[in-house]
Formats: sequence, C-alpha cells, structure tokens
Amino acid sequence: MSGSDAAIHLLFLTAAVCFVVGLHLMNTPRTARRGNQLSAAGMLLAVATAVGLLARDREITATGLVVLVAGLAVGSAAGLYCARAVRMTAMPQLVSVFNAVGGGAAALVAFAEVVRHGGASGLADASAQLTVAVGLDVLIGAVTFSGSVIAAGKLQGTISGAPLVVRGARALAGLTAAVAVGGVVAVIAGQGGLIVLTVAAVAALAFGVLMVLPIGGADMPVVISLLNACTGTAVAMAGFVLDSSVLIIAGALVGASGAILTVLMAEAMNRSITAIILGGFGTGDAAGGTAAAGGTGTVRSVTADDAALQLAYARKVVVVPGYGLAAARAQHELVELANLLEGHGVEVTYAIHPVAGRMPGHMNVLLAEAHVPYPKMLELEEANAELARADVALVVGANDVTNPAARRPGNPISGMPILDVDRAGGVIVIKRSMGHGYAGIDNELYTDPKTAMLFADAKAGLAALTAAAKTLVH
Amino acid sequence: MSTPLVIDITILVLSLLVGFEVISKVPATLHTPLMSGANAIHGIVVVGAMLVAPTADGPLGYVLVFFAAVFAAMNVVGGYVVTDRMLEMFRR
Repeated sequence: MSGSDAAIHLLFLTAAVCFVVGLHLMNTPRTARRGNQLSAAGMLLAVATAVGLLARDREITATGLVVLVAGLAVGSAAGLYCARAVRMTAMPQLVSVFNAVGGGAAALVAFAEVVRHGGASGLADASAQLTVAVGLDVLIGAVTFSGSVIAAGKLQGTISGAPLVVRGARALAGLTAAVAVGGVVAVIAGQGGLIVLTVAAVAALAFGVLMVLPIGGADMPVVISLLNACTGTAVAMAGFVLDSSVLIIAGALVGASGAILTVLMAEAMNRSITAIILGGFGTGDAAGGTAAAGGTGTVRSVTADDAALQLAYARKVVVVPGYGLAAARAQHELVELANLLEGHGVEVTYAIHPVAGRMPGHMNVLLAEAHVPYPKMLELEEANAELARADVALVVGANDVTNPAARRPGNPISGMPILDVDRAGGVIVIKRSMGHGYAGIDNELYTDPKTAMLFADAKAGLAALTAAAKTLVH
Repeated sequence: MSTPLVIDITILVLSLLVGFEVISKVPATLHTPLMSGANAIHGIVVVGAMLVAPTADGPLGYVLVFFAAVFAAMNVVGGYVVTDRMLEMFRR
C-alpha cells in the first residue's frame, strides 16, 4: 500500500466515522441537526477524497469526466429542487424517491463494473466475490428502485393506494422472482454475461412493481422502512463490488436503520412483516376484516360550542392527531386552538402513535412544522400515562389506534398497541362520519358514554372549535 | 475465500452491529429525520459512481456512469438538504 493509498483509506474512514457519530447525535432533537450536518461534512470529505483519487490516477477519459460531472450536476440540481420544494405532508413520497434513486444508482454501478470486465467474455473469469456481489447488488438495487417508485406513486395518489390485486399477479410475481434469481445464479456460475444479467435486472424490476402494487396504503410505513433497508443493503453490495469499505459501512448503517424501523412499525401496527408483504399477494389485507366488536351503544354528537366549553374549562388536554389531520392539512388550525387554550391556562400535549402518518415519525414532523415544541409530543407510553390524567382527550383524524377493542382478543386489531384515549376524563372526537378506519371495524370509543362526536372535516371542525373557544376565553 | 473478501465481510458485520446499537436509541419523534438522514448516507453511492467512472470507455459505459451519477447526486444532495430543513423545525 503506497502512502497516498493509505491516506485515501484513512480519509474514507474519517467520513465513515462522521456518519456513525452523526447518527449517534440524532438521539436527541437538541443535537440532531448538528448530527446531520456532521454526516454531510463526512459526505463532502468522501466526495473530495474520490475527486483526489480520480486526479491522482488520471485513468478517466475526457468524455468520462464530462459525463460524470454532467451527471453529478443534473442530479444535484434535481435533488436540491425536490428537497426545497417538498411539502412536509409529502415527505414519505420524497424519501421513497430517494430510496429509488439510491438503489438504482447502486445497481448501475454494478452494471458499469460488469461492462468494464468485458460483459459476456469477462465475467466468466471474474472471481466469485465479484459475481456474487454484482448479482446481489443488481437484484436488490433493481427491486428497490421499482418498488420505491411504485410506493412513491401510491403515496402521491397517482397510483391507487388501495391494495391492487389482480388474478394471476401472485404467480407472475413468483415467475419474475424465479427469473431474476435464476439469471443471477447463472452469472455467478459463469454461464452468463451482460445479457443474462440484464434479463435478471428487468425481472427484478418487474418483481419490485408486483411486490408493492398489492400493498395497502396503511402498510406504507412498513414498506418505506423496508425499502430503505434494501437500499442500504444494495449500497453495501456496491461496496463489495468496488472493494470500497466506506460504501460497505454506510450501506450497513442504513440497512440497520431501515431494519429497526421496519420491525418497530410492524409491531406498532400489530402486523408481521411477512403478512404485509405476502398479505397483498392475494391472501387478503386486514382491510377485509369483519366487524367483530359488538358496539351497540348510542353515539353522542356535540356542537362546536359545547366541545369548546369542555376544552376551555379543562386543566389538561391531550390531543391525539392522526393521518386524517395531515390529509386535511389542518396542523396549523390545531396549533391555533392549542395556543388559545394554553393562553387560558390549559395544559396541552400531543399523544402520537408510532404509525400516525405515512412513515415513521411523520406526525412529529408535521407538528414541528406548525411550531409545536418537541417536548410536548409524547410517545406511546408517556402519552398513555398522560391520557389517564387528562380531563379531555381531543381526537383529530385518528381511528384504529384509539380503539379499545385492541385490548380484547378476537378482532383484526387485537394486541395492537393503542393510545388509551378511553381512560381520559372526557373524549371529543372530530370526525366526518362514523366511517371505519383501515382495520374496517367499529371503534368502540365512539359509543363510550363519555365520548362526544363533533361531526366535521378536521380543518373546519378545528376552526369552529377555535372560533367558539375565542368567545369563551375573552 | 480471499483476504479482501474476509476483511469486507468483517467490516459489514461490525457496521451492522454499530448501526443497530446507535439507531435503536433514536426516539420516535425523530424517526422521519432519521430515515431521511440515513437516506442521505446511502447517497455515498455517489462515491461508487465516481470510482467506477474511470472504467467507462464506450457509449454503454458512459450512459451507465451518467445515470448512476444523476441518481446518486440527487439522493445525496436532496437527502441532506431535506433532513436539515426538517430538523431546523424541531424546537423546544
């Protein structure tokens, strides 16, 4: 190893250290921003080191350099535009798009490496290490690319969010998976070159589409996390292809992060990961569940004035926001109401279920955007302790995660961790109708004698509450 | 198994363990910025695109390098910028 080789390795190592420490600083909201900036500094260092390496070796052709720089410029501009323009409600789509391009880039890097080896003739002599890494990189990268594009489309609403089940889709998915894996095995066995690898990649792309299309909108937090883990793994595989430790380390960190979030989300939704992935494949999504809970009680409806009165004279109010709030873009109305109540001496906190939103932690970002201080956002356990002490729980746009039926066995949400809204002194639910949530069952909370239903759209309902509360507190 | 492969596998396994250890402590409040920040980190594939660029010497190679560079740069730049934008909003 020459001196400059060692220096390059150490610079890449420093970048990797920045990634790890940067992620570590994400442990508290106080240091998180610095953590991300440290991670970005590490990335800048890694890129600068790669530039140094290119300058030292001088192996790149003039055309190659132009192509590379043009690609980097176009990509940077596109990334910058998306990052600046995106609305916080659309974060899950953007994360999906970044997953897609990351996975796609990893697969393309493997292809470029294969082309260098001369395609068909070269690959037969390549080491097993290279062909295995190339195969896995292409498979995982391609599945992640197309899967993430479909996920983004579903989240954006350009593709139906409902589980799309077509007859024969399952068999077709199996077929594409078999072709993809078979092609890669052939490449590893030295029996195929660029063409076989391309066929495998196309099959993997088709499989990614067929895998995500049938998955329902409510399962998106799990799907995004899983695709995130896949992108990380694909990048780590690209690291094996290029024998670059910084790619392996960074890819592994992301793979671990995605895996943890996948498990957390699946637990919070009381679904197994296999059930989510295979669930859409025709065995029926949870949305098809039957109404098992026998809620026969009557529903009490209130006017905005009465609800505002109840809120204004409470000591402690816990708000339970759900995706309905985000969909109606009513965070700002909610915070306006909360500020008004706080000005009147009411203590307001927010109880946030792990799957409130379309990706892990989505609701927290939406509330942060509306200037809710993060210490007021309570996680499940904390929130349940607070709900038991609350005078009023205000539920906006949340449904299944507040259903006490989850505590009993024998229904689609049995065992799902829920927010104990029914343990608050009183409950106000803002909801358009008595419609079901994703689980497709009656919410027993709504027939609880202490629950008052304010039938309205989240935005209109909150605005009415605020207007009514204003007349009370002044 | 060659020595570089053994070393690479060692790095992979240890990095996974470090990742699990560091990330399991991140509170749910920060899960979206965490995922988006991790997303930016896998933008390291931009270095992969740069490392593979000198090997391209034909039209196919150039096309592959171009798209790899576009995708990776979009991933890394967008990922960091949007994560910073989000974290800026988290206030006490």
